[in-house]
Amino acid sequence: MRTMRSASRRDFLKKCVTGAAVLGAGGRMGVLAAAEEGAAFAKSRVVIARDAMLRGTGATVDSRRMLTLLDRAMQVFFDRDNPHETWKKLVRPGETVGLKVNALGGRGLSSNLQLVEAICERLQEAGIEASDIVVWDRDSDELEHVGFHIATGGNQVQCFGTDRVDYEQELVMHGSVGSRLSKILTQRCDVLINVPVLKDHDGAGVSIALKNMYGVIHNPNKYHPNGCNPYIADLNMLPEIRTKMRLTICDATTACFEGGPGYKPGYSWKNNGLMVSQDPVALDYTGWQIIERKRAEKGLKTLEGDKRAPHYIATAADAQHRLGTNDPRRIAVVEV
Amino acid sequence: MKARGVLLVILGVALLLDASCKRQAGTEQSLFPVSNQVAGWAKTGDIRTFEAADLWKYIDGEAERYLKAGVQRVSTTDYKFENKVDAVVDIYTMGNAPGAEKIFKTEPSVDVRPTQLGDEARLSSQSLVFCKGAYLVRIVAFEESPETQQALLQLGQGVELRLARR
Repeated sequence: MRTMRSASRRDFLKKCVTGAAVLGAGGRMGVLAAAEEGAAFAKSRVVIARDAMLRGTGATVDSRRMLTLLDRAMQVFFDRDNPHETWKKLVRPGETVGLKVNALGGRGLSSNLQLVEAICERLQEAGIEASDIVVWDRDSDELEHVGFHIATGGNQVQCFGTDRVDYEQELVMHGSVGSRLSKILTQRCDVLINVPVLKDHDGAGVSIALKNMYGVIHNPNKYHPNGCNPYIADLNMLPEIRTKMRLTICDATTACFEGGPGYKPGYSWKNNGLMVSQDPVALDYTGWQIIERKRAEKGLKTLEGDKRAPHYIATAADAQHRLGTNDPRRIAVVEV
Repeated sequence: MKARGVLLVILGVALLLDASCKRQAGTEQSLFPVSNQVAGWAKTGDIRTFEAADLWKYIDGEAERYLKAGVQRVSTTDYKFENKVDAVVDIYTMGNAPGAEKIFKTEPSVDVRPTQLGDEARLSSQSLVFCKGAYLVRIVAFEESPETQQALLQLGQGVELRLARR
C-alpha cells in the first residue's frame, strides 16, 4: 500500500514538473524539450499546497488540517513518503533552529500561529529539543500582539524578539548600507527557517521571503528607498543569513494583494495555502505572480502599472547576487 | 554656585519635557472613545503614539507614503465589541486636510461602499476608513460577523465626535 502511494505520488509529481518544463520550453520540440524535461529536477522548485477547507466552516485555521497541509507540502518538496523523513533531511538533533516569523503586519497578516505550531511539532519529532527552537522577530510586543506566547528559558519552545537580546554592536554590510544583526541570528541559531507571509508591499511591490529579512536588522527604515532595490538583495547576501537559511515556508493562508504590508481586510483574501522552497528568489517570483493574478481579478493595475514592480527580485537573481532564479523557465512550480 | 545653576537649568528642562509628554498623552487620549461611550465597544488596549520619525516602527514599509503626505503622528489602540469582535483604531494626524485626503484617495476602492462620515468615508465588511480635516482614521476588525459593519460605523461615529470637539 505504501509503495503504491509512493509510486502514485511520484508519478503525479513527475507529471507536474514535466508540465512545468514543457510550458517553459514554450512549444519547442525535440532534443531541447527533452533535455529540459530531463533536467527538470535541477530547477528551483516551489511547492504550493492548498486546502480549501483549511478553516472548516469558521474563520480560524484548523490545527490538524494545517499539520496535514504542511506535511503534504514538505513531502512533495522533499519527495518523501513520510513527513518525519522530510524534517530529518532538514535539521539534525543538537542544532538550534530559528523560525523567523513576520509579526509586523499585526493581527490578520502575520505568520499563522497554527503553522508555526505545526512546524515546531515536526521539528521536535525530528529530534530537535523544544528549547532549541526559537520563534522570533524584531519585537516581543509585536509577537505577543499577534498571538504568540513569549517564552524564554525552560524546556519549551522559545519565543521572543530581538529587543530581549539586542543587536550586535558591529556593523555588517553588503552594498551601501550597514546594519547591526540580531543576536538571535548571530549567537542563538544554527539554522534558519524563514516563515514569511504572502503580501503586497507599498514600497517593494511584494514582501515575501527575501523582504522578511528586514526583521533581522536594527535599521530596516534605511532600506526602503528606490523600492527597496538593491537593499533587499544586498541584505540577503550577508553570510550570517545565507549560510544559516535552509528553507522558506511561506504562510499564504491569508494573503494581501494591495495596501500591504499592514493588514487591510478589504485588500486581503483567504488563500488557504502554503509555499515551500529552498530558493527564496523563485519563491518571491512565484508569489508575485499569485498577487498579480489576484490584482487582475479585482480590477487593479499590475504592480508595474502602479509603478512599484518588485525589481528587487531580478536584482537578487543577477550576477552580483545569485541568490536564486527569477527565470520562470528555471522554476518548477508544483501545485498540490 | 555655578553647579547649582546648571542643576536648576537641567531640572527646569526636565519639568518642561515632562509637562510636554503629559500634555501629549492627554491630547491623544481625548481622540479615542472610552469604553461603552459607543454601545457595545470596550477599549482594551493602551494608546500608543508614534511620531513621524518613528512611524516605521509601527507601519514599516508603508511609512513613506504617509510621510510624503505630511503625517505628523499616528495613535492607535485596541477595542472589542461585545466580547466577540476585536478591532484596532488608528488615527493619523496629518499636517493638513489635503494630506489626509491624499492618503484616502490613493487607496483603491475594492469591495467597499462610500458612507456618510467625516469628510469622506469607505466601509467594507471588516474595515472603515474616513478622513476628517487633518485626520485620517482607519478601523479594522479581525472577525467578520453580521453585526461587524454596523458596529464599525458606530465606533467611527464615536471617534468622529471626539475629533469634532478638537
